[in-house]
Amino acid sequence: MDGVHDLGGMQGFGPVEVEPDEPMFHGEWEARTFAVAGGALGAGGFNTPMFRHAIERMDPGHYLTSSYFEHWLTAVATLLVEARMISKDELDARAGTFALSRPATVAPDDVQLGSGRDAPSFAVGDAVRVRDVHFAGHTRCPRYVRGRQGVIVRVEPVVPIPELEAHRNEKVLDPTYGVRFDAVELWSDAAEANAPVHVDLYERYLEPV
Amino acid sequence: MSDEHGHDPEPLSDVERRARALEELLTEKGIVSSEFIDQVVEAYAQDIGPMNGAKVVARAWVDPEYKRRLLADGTAAIAELGFGGPEGDHIVAVENTPDVHNVVVCTLCSCYPWPVLGLPPNWYKSPPYRSRMVREPRAVLAEMGCDVPDDVEIRVWDSSAEVRYLVLPARPPGADGTSEDELAGTVTRDAMIGVAR
Repeated sequence: MDGVHDLGGMQGFGPVEVEPDEPMFHGEWEARTFAVAGGALGAGGFNTPMFRHAIERMDPGHYLTSSYFEHWLTAVATLLVEARMISKDELDARAGTFALSRPATVAPDDVQLGSGRDAPSFAVGDAVRVRDVHFAGHTRCPRYVRGRQGVIVRVEPVVPIPELEAHRNEKVLDPTYGVRFDAVELWSDAAEANAPVHVDLYERYLEPV
Repeated sequence: MSDEHGHDPEPLSDVERRARALEELLTEKGIVSSEFIDQVVEAYAQDIGPMNGAKVVARAWVDPEYKRRLLADGTAAIAELGFGGPEGDHIVAVENTPDVHNVVVCTLCSCYPWPVLGLPPNWYKSPPYRSRMVREPRAVLAEMGCDVPDDVEIRVWDSSAEVRYLVLPARPPGADGTSEDELAGTVTRDAMIGVAR
């Protein structure tokens, strides 16, 4: 989805703020939420692409004003409510209003199916263009590379397609690649010199040039 | 609700209340065990962090054959030192050279090589870093105190699929005779992300 989480190239967020000597967790609740999420993932209510999409489905205002582990907390609660393993009423009874993510806007049948490919069609050095697809569900194809031309620099693992795992809970394989984009191809007049960007992309996102 | 935790010195914040509500609900229903939660918290607090990646880097600096294996198959070379686990199935090491500086970002979420670096710092997960690093890396690096000469190529790696990246920094000059352990002590998390040199 073209959501607020797809941040590459957006402007207006200001400087990167670094906290000196930052601890791994800010408070016990972050550590325990991290572990609770791992346990809930293992309990089978959802998979990792579903988890990522539940974060993407957060209200944009909530997403931008809450911490990373609050994203995790919201996503785990949302997915377990949707899986009917817990209820929103149970959460609200203990915590007051427990904000959840918005419902998904795509149904399993809305997802473009893949035939499954276990061998890569592209090789290092091949020129490719990223398909300009605007899917309303979970995707790992960032907006800032869609329609742009790049070159394969690494053939990466053959792994399940995120769209099908997120919306159909199916593992259908697709090769992945490291693709190099010249800064000018991405940012035109705003490009910095001598600063190419590499993005890892599934074969289904690419077409030959 | 407050009765049960009335001994707490500070009232819970809103997010702490939600976190406690979810944890209690899941443990009461047997979906997640308290023992599992305690084990994970302890592992990430003590055993998993950038000290692991620093050992990998130091080994690569002292052992050319190990460095060759690390650059050819990062996951396998890192497993030789005993590191692996979640978010570590496909680790690629990218080497800084006199002509190339590498830096890692995840624009879509916050992908990061947990087995060698632990969990990412807040700035890595923040909108400013994720939005800007792919668009103006030279400016962001300079702001963060990492000056890269104009004639050095900055290679940005956006980890948007299953690969997780580890930057192999350049070995500091004049460190001949320094032991592998001492070298590991000089390797910073920021250098292995690529926001320091």
